[in-house]
Amino acid sequence: MALLKSMMGRLRKGLDRTRKAMGGGLRALLGGKRLDENLIRDLERALIQSDTGVATTRKLITGVRDAYKTQRLNTGDEVIEYLKRELKALWPEQDRALHFSADPGVPTVILVAGVNGAGKTTSIAKLAHALHEQNKSVLLAACDTYRAGAVRQLEIWAERLDMQVVKGQQGGDPAAVAFDAAEAAISRNVDVLIVDTAGRLHTQDSLMRQLTKIRDVVRRRIPQAPHEVLLVLDATTGQNATQQARQFAQAIDVTGIFLTKLDGTARGGVVIAIQQETNIPVKFIGVGETPADVEPFDPDRFVDALFADE
Amino acid sequence: MFDRLSDGFSSAFKKLSGKGKISEANVREAMDEVRDALLDADVNYEIVNDFCDSVVDRAVGTEVTKSLSPQQEMVGIVHKALVDLMSAPTEPGVPRVSPGPTVVMMCGLQGSGKTTTCGKLAAYLKKRGRSVMLAAADLQRPAAVDQLRTVAQQVETEMPGGAQVHFYAEPDKVAEYGKAVGAAITVCQNAYKAAKAKGVDTLILDTAGRLHVNDDLMGELRAVNRALQPHHILLVVDAMTGQDAVNSAKAFHEQLEIDGVILTKFDSDTRGGAALSVKKVTGAPIRFIGVGEKLDAIEEFHAERVAGRILGMGDVVSLVERAQQEVSEEEAERMAEKMAKGQFTMEDFLDQMRTLRKMGPMKQLLGMLPGVGQALKDVQVDEKQLDRIEGIVNSMTPTERKDVNKINPSRRKRIARGSGVKPEEVSQLVKQFGVVSKLSQQFSGMGIKGKMKAMKDLQAAGGAAGALGGMGMPALPGMGRKGSTHTASPKTRFKKRRK
Repeated sequence: MALLKSMMGRLRKGLDRTRKAMGGGLRALLGGKRLDENLIRDLERALIQSDTGVATTRKLITGVRDAYKTQRLNTGDEVIEYLKRELKALWPEQDRALHFSADPGVPTVILVAGVNGAGKTTSIAKLAHALHEQNKSVLLAACDTYRAGAVRQLEIWAERLDMQVVKGQQGGDPAAVAFDAAEAAISRNVDVLIVDTAGRLHTQDSLMRQLTKIRDVVRRRIPQAPHEVLLVLDATTGQNATQQARQFAQAIDVTGIFLTKLDGTARGGVVIAIQQETNIPVKFIGVGETPADVEPFDPDRFVDALFADE
Repeated sequence: MFDRLSDGFSSAFKKLSGKGKISEANVREAMDEVRDALLDADVNYEIVNDFCDSVVDRAVGTEVTKSLSPQQEMVGIVHKALVDLMSAPTEPGVPRVSPGPTVVMMCGLQGSGKTTTCGKLAAYLKKRGRSVMLAAADLQRPAAVDQLRTVAQQVETEMPGGAQVHFYAEPDKVAEYGKAVGAAITVCQNAYKAAKAKGVDTLILDTAGRLHVNDDLMGELRAVNRALQPHHILLVVDAMTGQDAVNSAKAFHEQLEIDGVILTKFDSDTRGGAALSVKKVTGAPIRFIGVGEKLDAIEEFHAERVAGRILGMGDVVSLVERAQQEVSEEEAERMAEKMAKGQFTMEDFLDQMRTLRKMGPMKQLLGMLPGVGQALKDVQVDEKQLDRIEGIVNSMTPTERKDVNKINPSRRKRIARGSGVKPEEVSQLVKQFGVVSKLSQQFSGMGIKGKMKAMKDLQAAGGAAGALGGMGMPALPGMGRKGSTHTASPKTRFKKRRK
């Protein structure tokens, strides 16, 4: 995958602040120190402040404390190695690849959803760009008929990336647009159809039902669709992230998470919280503002980046 | 949205119930859970620690007010501390500056909801007769200008109010991301000139979303700030933000000295700890909260109400305060004991009802209970029904009040005549009183779950019996804070009555 190119460097660049606040900070915090109660408390603070969540933090800290009391861990450096091991063990072998249609004659459909302001449209541009680089033809469906300017926003990206968009009327039925787009994807014989949806809070039942409807309508035209359902999650979101993941998963069977704004946040911990609280794999991370700023997520590398040297 | 935080508090405070006095030990224990609840709610780590310390300081040594359980007392203390943390002495809304136009600059991270909030603010001002100009200074995000234009049109045509809504943009200045940095300043300056010429009351500048770590874009905001010197710099913050809320708010504040905060997406189920954090680190008041997708879904921020929501307690604090004024501890204890022994008489009931009614009109009291206020919005509470009950009891002799079993058909007829009701109504009251006093006896020996079930049985008994249950409330130790028990009963009761 072209995406994998220079991935390590990019991920590290994107996670730079995370690293400074959490990993780098952790290395600075733990490196070369003797382990004691104060250090354990500082570690707890660092984890909490990275949005790791109370439950997961407590679990990790309890582990450290027990090992400290039984003198299995005596130095900060040992704690670093211990945490790396523990964190890496949190991720089982998981399928993190983008799912494609098994039948080359049938277009792959990627449904993209998320709360308002999570970064759906930008993430779609990134995805489309990456697929484009793999020589796949991409069609975009502008199903955000609610927010003013949303269709235009997607159109502008499409122009920049040289792609086609299927759109409907502002205020129109998004499911109808999705159906038309599925139709168009088949007749134009494109490889991938990416469906953009309006941002919605996971607490709004009627809007969540609308999302289910969009999915079902597409399915009526392309029975195996959607092949991929991506939930776009803002990495600066706190513990509500897992709540979002659960609710969206219930409505549309989310198959993967696209974690955005990881570049701006000092909070990589939410990745850990998501893994602990939901079973949905993080597939992509957004680490910048240009269409090229996307990386596949790799837990081992992520953990290594967290604990990298300054 | 604060439901789960409230749950956290409830379980923390459950530990306090049944204990006589607030000591450092039991407060610390309960505060551990409060601490976790706040951390789970995304309140910043440091702020949580400060908050908990201050609550412990306040609580320890506080004498448990008569008639209240320690947990109720703690609710009051935590509530007060939350209000103190979130409130600031400030004029609500967007104070007008003379000579105009009043300049408002919106700023915030990407996706926090600036453009939508600009529209909501315009609608808010329009409703108050203030003309508005919305200026599109977000030249970065594709179609941001289009979005603001549409929003401005919607406010102009669909939202109530007489004032005009203008829109200002220079679409030709829109360039691809990163190249239009200086242009935003020019747009803002030109917008100001246009606003002044038109005599617009308030100019709202919609700036591009940016990361607080992006020096170029933060520089742009500083430049706009220098050039226009906005009267109000409002930071738009997503209420779902995690621990990072502190860092971004701090960064914006350091660069711009923000004057206020608008919390968006408050209608989600986030526990909203960002509200506490942002207020604490910037010192700037939270002015508005965004509560929905529509353009009128904006409310002024009230620390008391949000603190109440955090605790899931309606306005129990005021209720508690009134109870403190009216019920003495000795009285409450005597009553509780009587109930436990099954010695609760009509006389006691009359006392309690009078005490409760002294605290205020029934509807108002019920409205203070968690969850009840909204449900009762359109319900007429019949104070007269309570007058009748009082009348019936007043027509009983002291002997009858002590032992309702003495009431035979002849006595019943006399009571009915004395209070101007039908004899059946007297029988009904007597019957329901029997149910209540039996239940109250069981109550004292029950855990919280048993109590909830008993309350349900009580509702099943219906009518005045439900009211009787309510009457007994202030004197039932350990029951007070458990919002749900109270919530369910009056709600169902009044639904029933309406039928």
